[in-house]
Amino acid sequence: MLRDAWLMAGKDLRLEWRSRVVLNQIAPLALLFLVLFAFGLDPDKGLLDKATPGLYWVAVLFCGLLAVQRSFALESTDGNRDALRMSGLEPGGIFLGKFSAIAAQLLALEALLLAGVAILYSARLDGFGLLALTCVVATAAIAAAGTLYGVLAAGLRVRETLLPLLLLPVLAPVLLGSTRAFEAALSGTTTDGWPWVGLIAIFALVYVGAGIAAFGSLMEET
Amino acid sequence: MEPVIHLRSAVSLLGRFPALAGVDLDIDRGEIVLLQGPNGAGKTTLLRVCAGLVPVVSGTAVVLGHDLTVDRRSVRARIGLLAHATGLYDDLTVEDNIRFWARAVHAEEGTADAALGRLGLDGRLRSVPVSRLSAGQRRRASIAVFIVRRPELWLLDEPHAGLDRNARDQFDALVREGASRGATIVIASHETERAQGLADRSVTLVGGTVAPREEPHARAVGDGETFSNPTDVDPRPGPEALRAP
Repeated sequence: MLRDAWLMAGKDLRLEWRSRVVLNQIAPLALLFLVLFAFGLDPDKGLLDKATPGLYWVAVLFCGLLAVQRSFALESTDGNRDALRMSGLEPGGIFLGKFSAIAAQLLALEALLLAGVAILYSARLDGFGLLALTCVVATAAIAAAGTLYGVLAAGLRVRETLLPLLLLPVLAPVLLGSTRAFEAALSGTTTDGWPWVGLIAIFALVYVGAGIAAFGSLMEET
Repeated sequence: MEPVIHLRSAVSLLGRFPALAGVDLDIDRGEIVLLQGPNGAGKTTLLRVCAGLVPVVSGTAVVLGHDLTVDRRSVRARIGLLAHATGLYDDLTVEDNIRFWARAVHAEEGTADAALGRLGLDGRLRSVPVSRLSAGQRRRASIAVFIVRRPELWLLDEPHAGLDRNARDQFDALVREGASRGATIVIASHETERAQGLADRSVTLVGGTVAPREEPHARAVGDGETFSNPTDVDPRPGPEALRAP
């Protein structure tokens, strides 16, 4: 299964390297989110400071949604989904591969967004360990749930509109937990943030486990 | 000997529509069978059922010894389906695509290079993204992916579509080689004259069922090739076979 996951992740990352959709389209869009939020809240600097963690994670969620849609759009063209089903690759391996590729792209986007909030919002990135670990576990949760719901929506004609409708409510606890952890890190009270990181980690583990178990059936039935 | 494909009263639905409405069909190891019939007769659905991609809702469907009504997944790696869609990733190069699928099926080292050479994709074309290929070149690339899979059962849906005359002749030689090594081959084609030259017999589908009359053919034999349909050899062509002229 891990060999198949490595193969799938390599293929998806190579596809991104050749097409540069995340680099040339999603990354600029992520920065544009931050700029627009800053325009909207700039007259009230205090409000912008308070809202920075939430705005950051909303931007991450939208970028994650786009990355998931892109990942499954690749498999929906020209019979690629059938080719994958015929390949003999372990469904759990396909899940882990796509999950890993989405997570890697999302981590890069989060690093860019962190630099963005530091520059545009003048946020002081204190509690860096908490910030980094929150990013890692929240990314795992977003990528795992995104991969699971991505394959569910991928076989449907209305996938572009259905995926956000399915995925965003499921990710609400991740948004809540990661925002609270970031608030704790940015305000210098890191001890308040660790329980939220634990909560997101449990969420991520559940979705990774569910993905490995259910991905094959979802690929068949949708 | 157990047939490679054994269907009895097989029914398959596309939505609520019965695309296969009780198909009875047996195909033995090493046979080349031409599947013909008008548009909408169920040829593509029959191939997809045999590939384990589409479920059989009633009847019996056994392929390569696997009961498809129980488990459709485990047999797929032994089957090759050359369909209208190419299954290629547009943004990857021809070589990237073929290497990916070769690794996916644990193909031997050198199989991908041999397939690229065999399909005339080993020059400048190997590093060209698939999105920049012509329809015929895409088709050749999808055939290269097909042969690196080394399937025991070949399901070919309009395999000559998009190929020029030279490439069609090369493809026919590939089919004959596959059969000579014991692969079982089912060809759905409207190019009946060319396909009949390859096939042992033809089966006609009408309205999702097999028409009663089957037509045996004298399979055309290529230069210096013999087609004894041996059953005691590995039916999967190895890298050496792919390099053959």
